[in-house]
Amino acid sequence: MNVSERLKIQRHEVPALDAHHRAQCFEEVAVGFDEKTARAEADRCIQCKRPLCMEGCPVSIDIPGFIRKISEGDFPGAIERIRTTNSLPSICGRVCPQENQCERVCVVGKKGEPVAIGALERFVADFERRYSLPVEGVKVKPSGRKVAVVGSGPAGLTAAGHLAQLGHAVTVFEAFHEAGGVLIYGIPEFRLPKAIVQEEVTKLRTMGVEFALNTLVGRTITIDELLADNYSAVFLAPGAGTPMFMNIPGENLNGVCSANEFLTRVNLMKAFDFPRQQTPVYLGQRIAVVGGGNTAMDAARTARRMGPDKVYIVYRRSENEMPARREEVHHAQEEGVEFLTLTAPTQYIGTEDGWVTAMECQRMELSEPDASGRRRPVPVVGSEFTLEVDTVIVAIGAKTNDLLLHTTPGLEAERKGYLTLDKATGMTSRPGVFAGGDIAGGEATVIAAMGDGRRAAISIDEYVKEK
Amino acid sequence: MAKILVKETLAPNTHYFRIDAPLVARHAKAGQFVILRVDELGERVPFTIADIDPVEGSITLVIQEVGETTRQMGAMKSGDDIRDLLGPLGMPSEIENFGTVVLLGGGFGIAAIHVLAKALHEAGNRVVSIIGSRNKDLLIMEKEMRAVSDEVIVMSDDGSIGRQGLVTEPLKEMLDAGTVDRVCAVGPIPMMRAVGEVTRPYGVKTIVSLNPVMVDGTGMCGGCRVEVGGKTLFACVDGPEFDAHETNFKELIHRTRMFRPMEQRDPDSCRMLQQADVVSQKPAAGADHESRES
Repeated sequence: MNVSERLKIQRHEVPALDAHHRAQCFEEVAVGFDEKTARAEADRCIQCKRPLCMEGCPVSIDIPGFIRKISEGDFPGAIERIRTTNSLPSICGRVCPQENQCERVCVVGKKGEPVAIGALERFVADFERRYSLPVEGVKVKPSGRKVAVVGSGPAGLTAAGHLAQLGHAVTVFEAFHEAGGVLIYGIPEFRLPKAIVQEEVTKLRTMGVEFALNTLVGRTITIDELLADNYSAVFLAPGAGTPMFMNIPGENLNGVCSANEFLTRVNLMKAFDFPRQQTPVYLGQRIAVVGGGNTAMDAARTARRMGPDKVYIVYRRSENEMPARREEVHHAQEEGVEFLTLTAPTQYIGTEDGWVTAMECQRMELSEPDASGRRRPVPVVGSEFTLEVDTVIVAIGAKTNDLLLHTTPGLEAERKGYLTLDKATGMTSRPGVFAGGDIAGGEATVIAAMGDGRRAAISIDEYVKEK
Repeated sequence: MAKILVKETLAPNTHYFRIDAPLVARHAKAGQFVILRVDELGERVPFTIADIDPVEGSITLVIQEVGETTRQMGAMKSGDDIRDLLGPLGMPSEIENFGTVVLLGGGFGIAAIHVLAKALHEAGNRVVSIIGSRNKDLLIMEKEMRAVSDEVIVMSDDGSIGRQGLVTEPLKEMLDAGTVDRVCAVGPIPMMRAVGEVTRPYGVKTIVSLNPVMVDGTGMCGGCRVEVGGKTLFACVDGPEFDAHETNFKELIHRTRMFRPMEQRDPDSCRMLQQADVVSQKPAAGADHESRES
């Protein structure tokens, strides 16, 4: 097939479950390609000499390479290509914002639609899972070095996988009773089935990675103790920290919670199955989710599935400025989430016994771009109105948790508490202590955290070899 | 997994657990807590650490049966395993030589002031512990409190042990005598609020240990928000101890009843609510000024 023939093939869209059906269940929304569709989509790749898609990928997957293997029908070969740089393909294929990364710069996409790289990655990862292809054992001989990884989210799991492949003895420390971090407590089942995360963790265990659960580094054990206990290096990836609130009146009323709390109760603690599962979650009939990011969409779509009358997204800018993925916004709208954009809450109204009954809002309009490059919302005078709600889920981001800073002498942070890192190596101000993921700032996506984890693993490998 | 080394029943529905947790015991300090989950289906529930033995590698919890998790704990035996135990969590108590410190423990809150009394006593304070319960049978840890206090005053609702009355009564007498430098109270929320109101006119620093609803206990969920001094703080990472004179107790009481709608569907599910109900139905000594006044 020549290039012009390839360019004539239309992009194959990823099928999704019917919106009405999926709004009532937690089944995965995106269905995934079958073999025939995957091969046809793979034929669209023109195998660029200088693949821009790889530059757009935070973990530099050999994208043309794995896609060629798919078009040849060599699916095990395709997964092998991906796994050389990406240890969590079934996760990336689902939650990466490909439209901002590999697919944004895809040459095929210059004139038409880009190759569906994300969907193809997911296809081969699912193929691997379906046929239980054996996980590549660790080939190198043990280095005799111990490395501690703090946090088992995407950055920690990625670093652990790479370090184990390089022959190091890795222990991952996790505060929760289950490994996976945000992949388990944050991202909902319908976007990333928990079984997939558990399989990835099992694979790491097979590779020799150990998991110390119920262990909060900084409290249960300190970094100094780890370094004294023959760990040659430590990778800190504890995640985003504490949820932010707006500090407006009434925010502590019952019925107002953070998206972290709501999602953790439902995802990790399985509160949707209360009372069999003993953790409850409160959800009324009129839900407002405040925020416009992926977490807000996850919370709104999770709430929608639990059967309330109304679910609103309340966001102070317009839909164009929303940080959430287009696909998530689109899915939320299809599922019946109503969007109140250019709207900001100013206070919450409650009953005598402390329950939220309404939120007072203000209409906004967009003015000049701010530091983020997005147009700044300013209140419209006299536009106040009241929205009746009995549940508010606040999803406006997080700030860093300073526990590690307080309990680790010599560890330094910059603005907003993000750890100070050496740009080239990812090492903190403490020799042998590296960091990545949300604690290091950055863009707060799974793939960015994974990119940090991979880079840190390479730096740590060099560091411990020199030691 | 954390093994229960010793379980004893101290009073009806109130149990003592010594639990094998070497890392927790090595790092724990007075005032901190743990979160545990009894089994696969269990809720994550916080408990104040009542004693620490770094040599044995164990911690002590004293648990009153008020909800599903605590009832399951009550049915466990020495040698059983608790599925998940995380800690120590929260900020340690401020321990220094303040002079004379009065500690007040209501009901099973006595267990929580035990570890405080020990630390404050070792720091050179004169420790006066006022412990109260509804009656003689429900009073726990009197002997242990005597071992770590310079003076112990026992109060009971019915006068069946010690003095009859509220724990705040001897406190007020001591405040009037002008001999108190600091006060710490642990017990049901209405009791801690009452202690704060008694000390407020005297301007004596009063610390209370709050135990609101939590999920992770590490600052991630914000479920344990408390308004202190007009600011919202997280009990799990900023606390659990706060200045009683700055704490918004009204909001705290509302927030502990958050899961009432669920509770009505399943009366066994919510620990905090049951705790609140236990308090309002059966006040311990000094436990519920509100219900006594009404």
